[in-house]
Amino acid sequence: MLETKDLTIQFGGHTAVDHVTVDIAEKQLTSIIGPNGAGKTTFFNLLSGQLSPTEGEIYFRGENITSMSTTKRSRLGIGRSFQITNVFPNLTVLENVRLAVQSKRNVRYQMMAHFLHYKKFQEEAYALLEKVLLDKKADTIAANLAHGEKRKLEIAMLLALDSEILLLDEPTAGMALEEVPAIIEVIEHIKARKEQTIVLIEHKMDMIMDLSDEVLVLFHGELLAQGTPEDIIANDIVQSAYLGGMYNERLS
Amino acid sequence: MNLRTIEKSTWVYLAIAFLLFVVPFLVTGRSIQFLIIQIFVFGIFAMSYDLLLGYTGIISFGHVMFFGVGAYSTAVLFDRFEPTIFTFGLAILVSAIIAGVVSFIVGILTLRLKSHFYAMLTLALAGLFLVGAEKWRKVTGGSDGFTFGLPDMLRDSFTLYMLSALSLVLLFFGLRRMTKSPFGKVLVAIRENESRTESLGYQVLHYKVIVSVVSGVVASYSGVLYILSLRFVDTSVFATDLTIDVLLMTIIGGVGTLIGPIIGASLIEFAHHWLSDLSDVHWLFERWIILYGTIFILIVVFFPKGIVGTLADRYIRWRARRTE
Ligand SMILES: Nc1ncnc2c1ncn2[C@@H]1O[C@H](COP(=O)(O)OP(=O)(O)OP(=O)(O)O)[C@@H](O)[C@H]1O
Ligand SMILES: [Mg+2]
Repeated sequence: MLETKDLTIQFGGHTAVDHVTVDIAEKQLTSIIGPNGAGKTTFFNLLSGQLSPTEGEIYFRGENITSMSTTKRSRLGIGRSFQITNVFPNLTVLENVRLAVQSKRNVRYQMMAHFLHYKKFQEEAYALLEKVLLDKKADTIAANLAHGEKRKLEIAMLLALDSEILLLDEPTAGMALEEVPAIIEVIEHIKARKEQTIVLIEHKMDMIMDLSDEVLVLFHGELLAQGTPEDIIANDIVQSAYLGGMYNERLS
Repeated sequence: MNLRTIEKSTWVYLAIAFLLFVVPFLVTGRSIQFLIIQIFVFGIFAMSYDLLLGYTGIISFGHVMFFGVGAYSTAVLFDRFEPTIFTFGLAILVSAIIAGVVSFIVGILTLRLKSHFYAMLTLALAGLFLVGAEKWRKVTGGSDGFTFGLPDMLRDSFTLYMLSALSLVLLFFGLRRMTKSPFGKVLVAIRENESRTESLGYQVLHYKVIVSVVSGVVASYSGVLYILSLRFVDTSVFATDLTIDVLLMTIIGGVGTLIGPIIGASLIEFAHHWLSDLSDVHWLFERWIILYGTIFILIVVFFPKGIVGTLADRYIRWRARRTE
């Protein structure tokens, strides 16, 4: 449903994403793996419109969205979370999520009513915070959250948009180990509902293996391999280029 | 959850508003009433500025042009037509339309660019308005300015006080509601993180243009009231000094609130008043800018978030400590 054709972006002389052609399947969980600097986040930035490509196209449900703004893509159904936490720092956790809910509910230019008139938004936001185990921090200012908590807030904001495609950029990075299962559970739950398409960037191989229907391997901006988790593990090129080294490094 | 605290603050503001209407019965001196009217006028002007600076994070260096548009529209209309209440209504309408159109065009042109373009263009345009007012002597009287007559009703300082107080109170509550509306919440989101607001699906440019139009129109209305209280207009209503004044009022009082700019306006206007009295005592007091600078530095050091912001912080911390 989300296709790229020869998608390429260069920063100066450096090609961060190099002629990537993929078709991300609907209602599946597709993971993107690759070493640091492989271009995974940049690929997401291209998909969600933060960056525009130097070459190539992006299609969503057959429609060319290559030059569409971030706002439009978000309304069209492409939602994302950010690897480097990207929230509203001086607002409360609840307000951060409430803003996302408000957008999904299409209440955009109402300036006469008090925001608490829409009590449901507040409740919905709170329910999402419960889901990511952040409800106790609802009234905390987002800037004062611990790193792992900010990651959860990112996820809650993404879930609030309830978009067709969820682009998750390392949702569990920097989280305390005991917090990770809750987030995995949230992702598993979405997957089980089979209503949304998930694209997941992760370094935790066990998580990739458990969750993914399909795995894409990026290496120096190029699509090195694509297949089921089993295929990828068995793939010699992937092993030598990336996995072997990283598997050990991450496990130790 | 939040409802109770909001209601409480509304009651407090209503009580203060009520007091404002009682004041002219107790304080009858013309010059002090005039001073309070100036506070109301600049309170409105500063609130409009804070919609941009404090709520949305837009910096304007030419906000005075809307103030001047209001002032000149009113003065010229009263000069050309019979001084009636109808002319007054027309003046409000004309200045709102001009300010609305100008702010819309400036907004569309520059708000999609990086923020300093808006600051630069507003600065340049305000300069253009100033030059225009100087050169278009037939209408504006050039830098000499001109006096004009007012309808009898508006000549009376008591009526003018009541009109200004009512305007301030209505605009305060109106804008307060706007800033607490779903729309207002998005403005704050834009200030906090513009690109994130976009990726949530909000069309940021629309919000910025709308708020700059609202701000421009409100500022023009403060210009209307200002010139009613002077009954004389000259090019000083387009002076950059006024933009700096209003910037200081907002920062000193506390950005991102509506009561802050009003408090800032009171302080600066009182300071103006007292310091000009003191200029007989010592020449230093004539040197405005020195004192301004000093006060400004002191405020920034001791009240980094403005008076209202810093006090609110302390209050929250104090309450947190008490509940522990
Ligand atoms: N805006 C930018 N300007 C210049 N270079 C950039 C920009 N964004 C990314 N890069 C470069 O592109 C390359 C790919 O970066 P990217 O963040 O996409 O990697 P990644 O796969 O997400 O890595 P990680 O696993 O560390 O998150 C890096 O070499 C990075 O320095
Ligand atoms: Mg990355």
